[in-house]
Amino acid sequence: MNAVMHFLSLGRAPGSKTLPFVAILFGVTLLASLGNLLIPETSALHVSTYTITLLGKYLSYALLALSVDVIWGYCGILSLGHGAFFALGGYAMGMYLMRQIGDRGVYGNPILPDFMVFLNWDELPWFWLGMDQFWFAMLMVVFVPGLLAFVFGWLAFHSRVTGVYLSIITQALTYALMLAFFRNEMGFGGNNGLTDFKDLLGFDLQSDTTRVALFAITAVILGGVYVLSQAILKSRFGKVVEAIRDGENRVRFLGYRTERYKVGLFVYSAVIAGIAGALYVPQVGIINPGEFAPLKSIELVVWVAVGGRGTLYGAVVGALLVNYAKTRFTAILPDGWLFILGGLFVLVTLFLPKGLVGLVGQLRSRFKPSKTTEEPAA
Amino acid sequence: MTTSPILDRDHVWPFLAPSHVPVDVSHQVILYVESLSVSFDGFKALNDLNLYVNDGELRCLIGANGAGKTTLMDVITGKTACDSGRAFFGQTIDLLKHSEAEVAQLGIGRKFQKPTVFEAQTVFDNLELAMKSRKGLWPTLMARLSSSDIDRIDSVLTTIGLSGQRLMLAGSLSHGQKQWLEIGMLLVADPRLLLIDEPVAGMTAEETDRTAELLTSLAGERTVIVVEHDMAFVRSIARTVTVLHQGSVLAEGTMDQIQNHPDVIEVYLGEEA
Repeated sequence: MNAVMHFLSLGRAPGSKTLPFVAILFGVTLLASLGNLLIPETSALHVSTYTITLLGKYLSYALLALSVDVIWGYCGILSLGHGAFFALGGYAMGMYLMRQIGDRGVYGNPILPDFMVFLNWDELPWFWLGMDQFWFAMLMVVFVPGLLAFVFGWLAFHSRVTGVYLSIITQALTYALMLAFFRNEMGFGGNNGLTDFKDLLGFDLQSDTTRVALFAITAVILGGVYVLSQAILKSRFGKVVEAIRDGENRVRFLGYRTERYKVGLFVYSAVIAGIAGALYVPQVGIINPGEFAPLKSIELVVWVAVGGRGTLYGAVVGALLVNYAKTRFTAILPDGWLFILGGLFVLVTLFLPKGLVGLVGQLRSRFKPSKTTEEPAA
Repeated sequence: MTTSPILDRDHVWPFLAPSHVPVDVSHQVILYVESLSVSFDGFKALNDLNLYVNDGELRCLIGANGAGKTTLMDVITGKTACDSGRAFFGQTIDLLKHSEAEVAQLGIGRKFQKPTVFEAQTVFDNLELAMKSRKGLWPTLMARLSSSDIDRIDSVLTTIGLSGQRLMLAGSLSHGQKQWLEIGMLLVADPRLLLIDEPVAGMTAEETDRTAELLTSLAGERTVIVVEHDMAFVRSIARTVTVLHQGSVLAEGTMDQIQNHPDVIEVYLGEEA
């Protein structure tokens, strides 16, 4: 117990940005929620439900970016397939929401979701059993991505696959899953995915209060995961992980089994990505195989790179900024977004190796030459 | 009569054997290397090499480039698999069956030729990572430094002369200081056997003297094997020197014996003179 308390206090070490981060996150969440629920629509201060949903979506993306930063920024494992874990978590949540529709679907079948009736299936496939129970579905949100990450990580890290080869395999993993989920026979709604959700735990997904609650829950989970990750990375475990990033061989000769550390961290990261997916789906209202697309996984690596890898708040800032920019730009120039994204990545790689957060640090140290605690450029 | 392990009452199953067996040095020898051969694409890096090192000894390995010094260390520490031969740590522990991490936990520390410290972390953190401790996932997650751990790290910092750099990033140290930090990382791990690859490369004369002093003081309670090219340095520390040539032992003895050995003069010292 004592050890656990000590562990959780690690994130509060001086110099860490945990407290300001959580304070700002919760403050904005509270203001936006009150602005939606209490201030009348005619007021200029009213926050529309559309904005709330958009913010909730951004925050679940931020959680996803956090999961990538934990393994990429701190352990040097560049996963280009993290969208797969996000989508699996999303599908687990989607399956629960599908079963919640009950007989309110187009075909009115109380057990089978619409797409199964359409495919002339008579009974639920075995992997849909139990998904009508919320607790079971939530268990799967954590378990399925975690298991996939464990098996994949075990095989890859024990064979000492590293660097660009690992990135390519993760990319192949998410691509293979995308092709599989596109098939109608898989039993996940094929091309169309899962949609038409009605309610969650009995709360109407279309109502303002449910939307605000989902947004607030996302913010609370993001804050919680942030604190937990900070504690993990500040512990000796975190020091070992950083050491693996900088010299894996050396760490082995110190007596640490580096594969196990990498598998452990990879599973942790995949579980967070799964949770992010589960929070994303009820707010957006759909999950389809497009989420497995390799491009999505690359996009989220760009968020982290823009924000600044190796700092947790950098990943969050990057996810929020890039997605806000995406919302704006796709409204003006729908076809141009990918060019902007690619250009952004090139610019950040060339000029801001530490991302926007690193830029702020550089500027600050330039204007305050007396405090030279800045790390030397790597 | 051979009995199957299930019927054999004296059979010790591997999973029941205690994981941290102390090194058995009842015959005074801590490291046995016997008829070890390693080849890379036909090139014989080690060729039927035999080496015995006594407990508490300070042994120097010398030899030209490609003589197999680093390959020997790689095999002992589990980095490279060998084609044939045996390597035992004490009487009982077969080193060839263990991975790098396991060898390190058995009490064999290694310092590389090129100093490899974790540059993004502080000097103190580097030593904390190297410290002898439980190295599983959960123990490191819950680990906290006890005051005796901190004392231990601080005493090593004093030994290696980096007390003033305690909280500096290891990356900002000079080359010689990194060498020292790496030696400190060996010390704090409290190993039985130290394998040290070129400890004084890039050090000033004064630093070299201090290193020689430190290594001599370590021998006795620990066993130290040093690979070094600097002959003056070898002379200042070594009692026994082993000369490697083309993957096998050419000669062994005191520095004077070695320097007067006809084979050595021919293949090694002869070239330098």
